[in-house]
Amino acid sequence: MCVLARVLEAHGLSTVALISVRGVAERLPPPRGLYGEFPLGRPLGRPDDPEFQHDVLARAFALLDRPSGPVLEDHPEVIESDAQPLACAMPPRFDPDLPEAVDEARGLRAAYDRTLARRGVTSIGRVLTADQVPEALAVLAAVADGADWTTAGFVGDPVQTCHDVRTYYDEAAVSLVDVAPDAGQGEAWFYEQTAAGRTLLAARAQMREQGAPALIWLYMARATR
Amino acid sequence: MRAFAANTPMPDMGELPWTPLTKPLSECRVAIVTTAALHTAGDEGFTPDDPSFRILPSDRRDLRLGHWSPNFDRSGFTADLDVVYPIDRLEELAARGTIGSVAPRHYAFAGNQEDTLTGIRLDHGPAVAKLLRDDEVDVVLLTPV
Repeated sequence: MCVLARVLEAHGLSTVALISVRGVAERLPPPRGLYGEFPLGRPLGRPDDPEFQHDVLARAFALLDRPSGPVLEDHPEVIESDAQPLACAMPPRFDPDLPEAVDEARGLRAAYDRTLARRGVTSIGRVLTADQVPEALAVLAAVADGADWTTAGFVGDPVQTCHDVRTYYDEAAVSLVDVAPDAGQGEAWFYEQTAAGRTLLAARAQMREQGAPALIWLYMARATR
Repeated sequence: MRAFAANTPMPDMGELPWTPLTKPLSECRVAIVTTAALHTAGDEGFTPDDPSFRILPSDRRDLRLGHWSPNFDRSGFTADLDVVYPIDRLEELAARGTIGSVAPRHYAFAGNQEDTLTGIRLDHGPAVAKLLRDDEVDVVLLTPV
């Protein structure tokens, strides 16, 4: 993004960049940058908090008054990620003959649909539809149990499949709680509390054991998992 | 993730360009350029190392997050588009008279790029600059993911 800021500025536009990685902006400074030590993926800091978002914007636009640059300032507030998993009710086990993750994903469909109805759009769709998420989890469960990942039946690239599965759960989670989840809470919930997250990590470990390319297994989940 | 990104190679881009504002912010047209890989529901998604951009019309809120890296939080975006792409906040600033107006078109890139960023530096970045100037934009707010 620092590169883009410089390209646009060089073409006669005044830019101000919200910075999420200070170390990059220090080495390749944009003309004007406001660093926010907020969870990555939330450059305006807090969802559903217009007042805080306006504060970020006001501080950013104030940098336009500076006579020369580079300018790199810090937002005074640090937002830490909560590492505790999101606390929310999960669907009960419905069909014990199914892999737990498949049953769980089916049970979360109503929550996913509520979010879709409110937002009018879903970010699922790289390789799966929402209808295909339980089926994809059945494939991941088979791989986790030792099936050969190359013939297990992925309907698309495993990385994109995992993106869609995670997105399904992220979008369902928003309708399971009253306020927007903290960044760390949502991640911890998915990987630690849901059968889908555990299944995905187990499948990923199996694929690594089976010699799958690192660019596939590594990107199926967050690198630190 | 921050420590990893902070140590990635940086291209040498020479001297810092500087375009000063020549009029008050209250008279400026503002656009958003995000590297959050957003795209409208009907538009094509991003592929890894995709240097191209997508146009985000100002009245569209049906945006998808197409970032392929699993290392970013997506729940904030799912709960509130403005935490990544503050289009409603800009509309409010325009209504208050803090900024002059909101541009009719905004732009999204994917933030994960190969080290030299050649496509963005030489092709797609300048192309977006031209579109922004065609729309008489004065100020660009850049937001990452």
